[in-house]
Amino acid sequence: MDLFSAQEVSKSFSNFKALSEVSISVPEGTIFGLLGPNGAGKTTLIRIINQITAPDSGTIWFDGRKMKADDIYQIGYLPEERGLYKKMKVGEQALYLGMLKGLSRKDAMRELKIWFEKFEIITWWDKKVMELSKGMQQKVQFICTVLHRPRLMIFDEPFSGFDPINSEIVKQEILRMKKEGATIIFSTHNMESVEELCDHIALIDKSKKILDGPIMSIREKYKSNIFDVSYKGDFAKIEHEFGGKYSILSHDETGRTNSLKIQFLNGNSSGTLIKDLVEHVEIVSFNELIPSMNEVFIKVVKQNS
Amino acid sequence: MTILMPALMAAMFILPAYFMSQDDTKERSIAVYDGSSILLGQLESTDYTKYKFIPKEEYDKIKDNIKATDYYALLVIQPNLLETNTVQLISMSSIPFDVKNLIQNKIRTVIEKEKMAEVIKQTAIPDLEARIKATKTSITVNTIKLGESGEAKKSSTEIGMILGYVFGFVIYMFILLYGQMVMQGVMEEKQSRIVEVIISSVKPFDLMMGKIVGIALVGLTQLAIWIILGIAIISGARGLMPGAQHAGATQNIMAQSQIAAQSATPAELDKMQEILSMMGTVNFPLIIGCFIFFFIGGYLLYSSMFAAVGSAVDATEDAQQFMMPIMMPIILAILVMMSAIKNPEGATAFWFSMIPFTSPVVMMARIPFGVPAWQLALSMLLLIATFVLMVWAAGKIYRTGILMYGKKTSWKELGKWLTYKS
Repeated sequence: MDLFSAQEVSKSFSNFKALSEVSISVPEGTIFGLLGPNGAGKTTLIRIINQITAPDSGTIWFDGRKMKADDIYQIGYLPEERGLYKKMKVGEQALYLGMLKGLSRKDAMRELKIWFEKFEIITWWDKKVMELSKGMQQKVQFICTVLHRPRLMIFDEPFSGFDPINSEIVKQEILRMKKEGATIIFSTHNMESVEELCDHIALIDKSKKILDGPIMSIREKYKSNIFDVSYKGDFAKIEHEFGGKYSILSHDETGRTNSLKIQFLNGNSSGTLIKDLVEHVEIVSFNELIPSMNEVFIKVVKQNS
Repeated sequence: MTILMPALMAAMFILPAYFMSQDDTKERSIAVYDGSSILLGQLESTDYTKYKFIPKEEYDKIKDNIKATDYYALLVIQPNLLETNTVQLISMSSIPFDVKNLIQNKIRTVIEKEKMAEVIKQTAIPDLEARIKATKTSITVNTIKLGESGEAKKSSTEIGMILGYVFGFVIYMFILLYGQMVMQGVMEEKQSRIVEVIISSVKPFDLMMGKIVGIALVGLTQLAIWIILGIAIISGARGLMPGAQHAGATQNIMAQSQIAAQSATPAELDKMQEILSMMGTVNFPLIIGCFIFFFIGGYLLYSSMFAAVGSAVDATEDAQQFMMPIMMPIILAILVMMSAIKNPEGATAFWFSMIPFTSPVVMMARIPFGVPAWQLALSMLLLIATFVLMVWAAGKIYRTGILMYGKKTSWKELGKWLTYKS
């Protein structure tokens, strides 16, 4: 079931169209990647989800019904442009932000203690925010976002500013919360982490959604019949024979075994490729190459322009 | 800072006074050579300033060499004093204003007396001195304000002026100080980028109004603390100020005023009675009520504009272009108020007490003098309408502005934001 969905949502500012008829659905308990080049309209969509702005047209659904004003307490939002009150103390501020999201003081305190101990930052409690480094502030902000155990969490570039160790800690926490049933919308330009974390994605470009679906089927869809073959034998033989049927993208004869990237042209299948190959060389390994999200992203956005 | 502020302000008043009383304890002895013999014995030494009359021989000896003597200064009175009206005060150091003043006054009184005696002697009119004294008159102007029912009431222009001035000024200062604090607060939230987190929990309009109301409460608390501490410090300082043993001028004054109080003539008592009864004619409930209304109205009007400006800009420098048009009317208001106090019925006072951007300050200056009910009602209605409109517009600008980064905002842009749907 979808925890959240947007149906043909449009939004414009004066004569600038930020979103035009964008629909997305986010199944409960999954991580949903919201991708797109800069200025595509992602932030506008995220702000609409958070009820910071209202759409000009279209419907927003939450938990199987139209979204209500107080659904905001079930959402946790970590914006890309984020900050804290510089002169306020860390603990005091986290408590305040938690209570803004509807927690009682007691509950907020209890949750904060758990998180601060888990992240080993309990000694920061009485420090002023301005005494913390950027990465330390990010940690506090992350805690404030998820403190009230929201059902829907929205992270916009959550790993920027973190060192690899802290990145990993936060990533594990996100995965753990997903396992406990949280639904997560994840917006980033880092396609590696999209591949690693996301179940579904939607790609927005120039105010329109141009691609969406489960990440594996998208990558599958954009494969282009390229195979990575390791073999023992003479490359010249293959090259001579394969002219019209296949195109050889690259080959390498410097390793322990020779390898090549080969793409088959119309009317062929992996079966015929193997058959043709074994006639000339000894195959060591044979892999179909699935495009990375990075490649899919570039390809789709370029096509759209 | 809140608590320290009144202490600092009190210190600013008390310390100079304290140092002044300290300065007075310097012992000076002044040599007086009186060539005219008019002043002989007339200059009385005070605790710290001693006058010593010296004969001509001594004067000749020291006149070119004061430095070698212990005298602080040499006062030279020429024989023709009554014609020239001039004396010389020669000193190695510059003469303090107080000392010069004291000598000047002393000599003037003596000469006046001398001349008077001369005139009396010449004209030979009996009791002339007493008669001339009797011509000295002090005039009291009792202002009478007719009540609606026609009975005459004594009213006091001074009290009206003071009340109008104080209330108008309090509103002006509050708007200026705390309105700008609202702007700073909004800018801080925008610059630190916390605003997007907050408005994912509360509505932008609520956040803006929260800021405005919150800062107003901070301001009122501060004001209350200042008033209480101010009263405490002033009453405390009265006992503390003049160091007990170098009593100096202050104690003299206090002693004098005590004497004055003891020997208050019936006429003076009447006057005090009068002031009290005049206080009674001031319509305090109306003034206080209007003060609260115009205070809130003016603050809401201006602080919402300040909030809108704070939300529209990225940096303090950019705020300047929007600040000007906000500051102009309020500065104009305080200027008009000064003239309105003198002429509360004039056309300027009337129009500026109707225009909502100046009315909170200007109207306060008029109210103690009595304002027709329809004018007051119209002014209030206009103010309400304007601040409702302004809060609405500020809310619109604010909502868009706080999430807008990196673009230099123009007036045209602000106008466009007004038309955005939420």
